[in-house]
Amino acid sequence: MAATLRRVILLSVLGLFIAFLYGPTLTILVLSFQGPDGGLTFPMNGFSFHWFRRLFETQAVGDFGGSIRRSFALATMVMATTVVVSLAAGMAFRRRFKGSGALFTLSVASLIIPSILVSLGVGLLFNELGLDPDWYSSAFGAQLTWTLPFGLLIMFAVFNRFNRAWEEAARDQGATPWQSFWHVVLPIIAPSVIGIALFGFTLSYDEFARTLLTAGSDNTLPLEIFGMTTSVTTPVLYALGTLTTVFSFAVILFTLVIVRVLAAKRA
Amino acid sequence: MPCGSVSAIMVATAQSDATLAQEATEVRPARSGVTMPRWLLTVLQAAPLALVLLLFLLLPMLVIVVVSFFDYDSVQIIPSFQFTNYADVLGSAVTWRTYLNTLRYTVIVWVVTAVLGFTVAYVLAFEIKSRTTQMVLFLICTVPFLTSNIIRMISWIPFLGREGLLNSTLIQLGLIHRPLEFLLFSDFAVVLAYTHLYALFMVTPIFNTMMRIDRRLLEAALDGGAGWWRTVFEVILPLSKSGIAIGSIFVVTMVMGDFITVRLMSGGQSASVGLMIANQISLLQYPAACANAVVLLAIVLMMIAAILRIVDIRKEL
Repeated sequence: MAATLRRVILLSVLGLFIAFLYGPTLTILVLSFQGPDGGLTFPMNGFSFHWFRRLFETQAVGDFGGSIRRSFALATMVMATTVVVSLAAGMAFRRRFKGSGALFTLSVASLIIPSILVSLGVGLLFNELGLDPDWYSSAFGAQLTWTLPFGLLIMFAVFNRFNRAWEEAARDQGATPWQSFWHVVLPIIAPSVIGIALFGFTLSYDEFARTLLTAGSDNTLPLEIFGMTTSVTTPVLYALGTLTTVFSFAVILFTLVIVRVLAAKRA
Repeated sequence: MPCGSVSAIMVATAQSDATLAQEATEVRPARSGVTMPRWLLTVLQAAPLALVLLLFLLLPMLVIVVVSFFDYDSVQIIPSFQFTNYADVLGSAVTWRTYLNTLRYTVIVWVVTAVLGFTVAYVLAFEIKSRTTQMVLFLICTVPFLTSNIIRMISWIPFLGREGLLNSTLIQLGLIHRPLEFLLFSDFAVVLAYTHLYALFMVTPIFNTMMRIDRRLLEAALDGGAGWWRTVFEVILPLSKSGIAIGSIFVVTMVMGDFITVRLMSGGQSASVGLMIANQISLLQYPAACANAVVLLAIVLMMIAAILRIVDIRKEL
């Protein structure tokens, strides 16, 4: 009896936690369809796409379309770089090498140092070097200091469970190191590599603090959204929230589908 | 800890065995070609990571340290070597209060997320028996982490505002007569938002650690007559320490360095070190911001060192 009660309570905690995670997002999703006279809170004053249309009209401030394009391009660059660099580094870390300890410490430090400090440091560095900060140079580098250690840690987890016998089998049959990587290692770790890609993309797409002082004169989407929070007091804000959240969910779903298809193909 | 990795790895390991035999036989015999010495290959593999971290982490931190000794006036920073910026940081009562306020946020959020994270991870790891359900629920908990933080903060407005859902519900229930003012733009809102944003950073590493606990230990504890509470506190909790430590490192560093959550959720009424640094930057007082940054970094590193002294997390890596 007590055990059943305990189980019910514990499962409700999980349920409430999930409601806590999703509830607010669902609220703004509903409120973004507010009628033209509706405000930032309930009740709903009719139902319309008014605020979505407003979002795509020319904004009084900033350049909304441009910021989406830049964020998308930047996130794609960060994703590709994160996959290649952390995969390569993950392969290197399978053996001890000179400086591997230092490189590992530096990677962990990269996760721990507050984002605003990376932003400030990279901004100042470009300043001192006489370079103009831009989203594709300084912001790109600043974001990599966040995504690469994540990618590396995922690679560690993958290679810790990796059975080296498969590679040895490939080598015994005469495969070159490159062939054994391409035909044996990569197909096995493919789902995790796709996971790294997802992380790289979404972390970059939503990154705020590391981009703040490094993006130069052109805003990325999170910077644009932040600007809007101080100037916009209509449900346009919610329409924007709905769109970016739906986009993020689409990216995640797309990734899961790819992983499933890969898994099905190999089963 | 990488949150998606667990699920990715589980998928990976599940399919790997079936795949491998077939995959291995597809490898063609080696063609003759130039082979690279092993050390050169390793250097080439590790170099890109090392280069990025040197250029965009180590060098920028050095610049911050150097500039923190510079002088400045209202228009420019002047290369120099003096301790005025540090004297300003450490000698100002406002700065001390800001640091204390940031520490207060950190401690509160750490306690809240640790208790919540431990409970949620426990339910996921031990109360959910089906492996598939476990993974699906874990993914559901992970997904919000991959969406925009700023949007997740904004989404509290319709809940907490003067005419928000919470206030109107409480009024309808007759529990209060006037809307509660402290809900939005307050310390309460800041802590709530932090918990909302960062709880997952606790759940994931603790869940990871718990999944590795040998279930026979729990049976042994229960068979030995320990009740549920004793099993949780004297078996599971000690064995989850490294996960809690990793989660704590994430939560502590993120709250200590945060400025946007405090700015948005307190409505400009509370201060944090990150916000102070951001303000100094916007006033172009770079040397002052850098001195503050060095002090903040020192404090964060000391907190992490303290956590690592108490708990050995090496077996997690």
